[in-house]
Amino acid sequence: MKRRTFTALATLALMAGLTTPAFAQDTLKVGAVAPKTGPLAGGAAVSYWPNVKLWVEDVNARGGLKVDGKQMKLEVVEYDDQTNPGETIKAVQRLVDQDQAQIVLPPYSTGLNLAAAPIYARYGIPMITSTATTDKAADLSKQFPNVFISLGGAQPIALGAVEALTKLKAKGDIGNKIAMVNVADAFGIELAGVAKKAFEAAGFQIVYETSYPLGTQDLSPVMKAAKAAAPDAFVAFSYPPDTFALTEQAIVEDLQVGAFYTAVATAFPGYVKRFGPAIDGVLGIGGVNTESPAFKEYAARHMAVTGAAPDFWASAVVYSTFQVLEQSIEAVGLDNAKIIAHIKGNAFDTVIGTLDFDDNNNNPSFWTVGQWQGGVFKGVASTGREGAVEPIKKAGWK
Amino acid sequence: MDIIITGLLLGGTYALIAMGLNLQYGMARIMNLANGEMLVAGGFAAFWFYTAGAVSPVLTVFLVAPVAFAANWLIYMIFLRPLVKRAKSRGQLEVDAILTTFGLSFVGVGLMLAFFGGDYFSYSYLSVPVHLLGDTYGANRLVAFGAAVVICGALWLWLAYSRMGVSIRAIAVAPDSARLVGIDVRALAALAFALGGAVTATGGALISTFLTLDASTGVIFTLKALVIVIMGGVGDVRGTVVAALLLGLLETFVASVIDPGLTLAAAYLLFVIILLVRPQGLFGRKTT
Amino acid sequence: MRLSPKDWQGLTLAAIALIVVACLPLVASGYQLSLGVTVAMYTVLATSWAIFSGPTHYISLATAAFFGVGAYVTGIGITYLPYWALPLIAGVIAAVMAALVGLATLRLSGVYFVIFTLGLAEFLRQVITWGQNISGTKGIYVLTSITEAHIFWQLLGLAALVWLAGWAIGRSRLGFALRIIGDDEVVAKHAGIDTARAKILLFMLPGGVAAMTGAILAPRYVYIEPLIAFTPMLSFQVVIMALLGGTGRLWGPIVGVIPFTFLWEAISRSFPNQTTLLLGIAFLAIVYLLPKGFVGLIESARRRTEGWS
Repeated sequence: MKRRTFTALATLALMAGLTTPAFAQDTLKVGAVAPKTGPLAGGAAVSYWPNVKLWVEDVNARGGLKVDGKQMKLEVVEYDDQTNPGETIKAVQRLVDQDQAQIVLPPYSTGLNLAAAPIYARYGIPMITSTATTDKAADLSKQFPNVFISLGGAQPIALGAVEALTKLKAKGDIGNKIAMVNVADAFGIELAGVAKKAFEAAGFQIVYETSYPLGTQDLSPVMKAAKAAAPDAFVAFSYPPDTFALTEQAIVEDLQVGAFYTAVATAFPGYVKRFGPAIDGVLGIGGVNTESPAFKEYAARHMAVTGAAPDFWASAVVYSTFQVLEQSIEAVGLDNAKIIAHIKGNAFDTVIGTLDFDDNNNNPSFWTVGQWQGGVFKGVASTGREGAVEPIKKAGWK
Repeated sequence: MDIIITGLLLGGTYALIAMGLNLQYGMARIMNLANGEMLVAGGFAAFWFYTAGAVSPVLTVFLVAPVAFAANWLIYMIFLRPLVKRAKSRGQLEVDAILTTFGLSFVGVGLMLAFFGGDYFSYSYLSVPVHLLGDTYGANRLVAFGAAVVICGALWLWLAYSRMGVSIRAIAVAPDSARLVGIDVRALAALAFALGGAVTATGGALISTFLTLDASTGVIFTLKALVIVIMGGVGDVRGTVVAALLLGLLETFVASVIDPGLTLAAAYLLFVIILLVRPQGLFGRKTT
Repeated sequence: MRLSPKDWQGLTLAAIALIVVACLPLVASGYQLSLGVTVAMYTVLATSWAIFSGPTHYISLATAAFFGVGAYVTGIGITYLPYWALPLIAGVIAAVMAALVGLATLRLSGVYFVIFTLGLAEFLRQVITWGQNISGTKGIYVLTSITEAHIFWQLLGLAALVWLAGWAIGRSRLGFALRIIGDDEVVAKHAGIDTARAKILLFMLPGGVAAMTGAILAPRYVYIEPLIAFTPMLSFQVVIMALLGGTGRLWGPIVGVIPFTFLWEAISRSFPNQTTLLLGIAFLAIVYLLPKGFVGLIESARRRTEGWS
């Protein structure tokens, strides 16, 4: 009896799962797939998922998306890919073939975006990535003409850090001795490689340099060794857990530097929430024009709708790529090929300002470095964005 | 000197992570793959009380421990007792326990996601420098180390000298003979499992003061704990402590002297060497 | 080896079934094909896993380690070598690795082996990451024109090889020796069986096959980095699916893989926000309600019907 019940239940579950539910014609199905569990879930919960929610709410609050003269409400279908590229691919196919989603948003993170790129290409879906950093935009757009890169490449991001520190050096705020560490994965390695050469070319001397594995539980040896080298500036190309850990160790060790840079998660609202005013003057990856009315309004709506503040890097970019998609659909309808052509051929007005892709489907102007100044993470270096402020010297931790 | 103290502090953290699993696996014979989720849950509790009510994590521990004890006792009674009854051999129980607790770890992650979301949770507590022998260390790490010493010491004393502790060790060594001398094996195994869970959650609350956790990080700690427990010898408090300290020292040494990029690789190398030289673990008894 | 008419019948039926399944890419949508690839991938992994772990009772969590090695062989080799050679190279490298690992660890008793194999994936991941850091390279792009259908057919071919190998081993002296080892290792030793050698030889099979699977699937992932290639979840999923099916029979794992893949799919699809929670619950239900896997269920059902007739 028990067994029979179970079999019946399993069959039911299968049927529920595999039949396509009917959908009404005046709604548009929007598919989103990104990690809700797994190693990258923490980052997606800050930068990605809240924006999906916000965008759909915003569009529906306006009455919906105008497609060929008809207002259509959005209905979102969310899938968790468990930070597993195999699941991402499957979920995208499920969205298109089974759920018949008319709009599919890009996934989250460099690796998952790249893994899913061939599938998006096969279906011809416009894929305006917002959380992938790659320097291979030219190769990618040749292979997958539907892929757009908006968050920038590793090269400019590393060079931005060098630029900010060079400015501080020129002002006499810091000397030329740098301690540089990186998380030992693709992201950290690439940035450190670029930054090292650029720092040396800019007349800096790297007095301490190392990498540490992702998931290192104790970074105090790293910070102690960096401190022992008596640097004028500390640069870490780090991931979320280690960004927090390195900052905490710097406070504990009372690392006295004129510039302190950590990478991913420095721009997260949780960063300032945790460390408070101690981190004023910390430099980090990302940045936004915090003075622009568009961003201010976006941040306020983000807070109101999702109950959390946006981060100061990818959040606004994620939302603005959704805006690009939205404006393109309103302009040319739901034909994917037309949408892609429209994205290539036009500039878009978004919460981060004008978004305009170059011939390689790459957004050439993006924020590279920001700095906590008075509780706000302000952009200090970019590749052609407006509103950058001057970097300031990092005062003590207390 | 600096390396030794930093290494010992890290070792203390590892002891907190692994001690609970040692009780669960060594005494109750349940290889608990959901151990890490219990740890993260303890961290969540500390985070929540600290941010919502500014309750010090050191105090939260006194609430977390009994709650975790009760929860783990229930988990054992509901989910694991039937397996123990069903199992014909130790090997069969091991397989069943791996499967069940793997499922439980999914449930644990799912529940935490549902209640707290997937965001990182981190807060600053006692992140102040303490000067010790001419060097500086984070106060929160020192507190966690102190707690590790107290917890491990108490456990060891209890297992070595109290009547109940001796009985628990007896069921670990020879469950069948233990039954013959009038020990209630089932009740004690449940007790050991619950105690292990309580220790793990306590450890989680303490280490959340200096580590950044999220709902999905549990598995990392489960792996580390497994390595330490196996390395030290299953069912031996001293072994786990020694293995944890050894690991902490080694990782700090490699990070400071050789290359931080090789710390985790070195840790597994140590694990392999120990297993090859002493397959039963540092303090383990040869299985018969 | 002489084949009885019944063997021939079985082989022919299996071959026909394979040919039918091989037509899937011609009729299926992209989504159905990707499910097909998932099923084929886990069938290969779980079946080869069960060929070793079924008779020996050693639970190996090294699948991810070998899978990752295979993925990296393709990732690095694709620029230098023709694609068809890569799965073979991956298989050989991993089989040698498996032999070394087996030499070191298969004398250990069960649980140590479990943890060791789990650590192996982690160890390799760390070493590769560190190597990347030293050499300054990073994630590898595998940009090819290989489609899902190609991958599906390759996996199907590999599955056929695995079944053949398992079938041949089952009939060989090695298979016999393994069954005795599984029953009682001491007895096996007394009977003059070189238990270590037998186990090591057999362990090379899942190792090599997992690496070949990784090599075949690498073009599907496009971008390979250690975190993706060596994900420990893979090892666990393979174990779960094989045990759900049942390891006593060669066809056991596949009857675990198919329902599990569809259940996983149904849950991910219908409850995207509670996927993990429900998977865990489904998992527990399986462990409690199907203690002997689907094989046990099917065989007891068969026994019952035979009893009636």
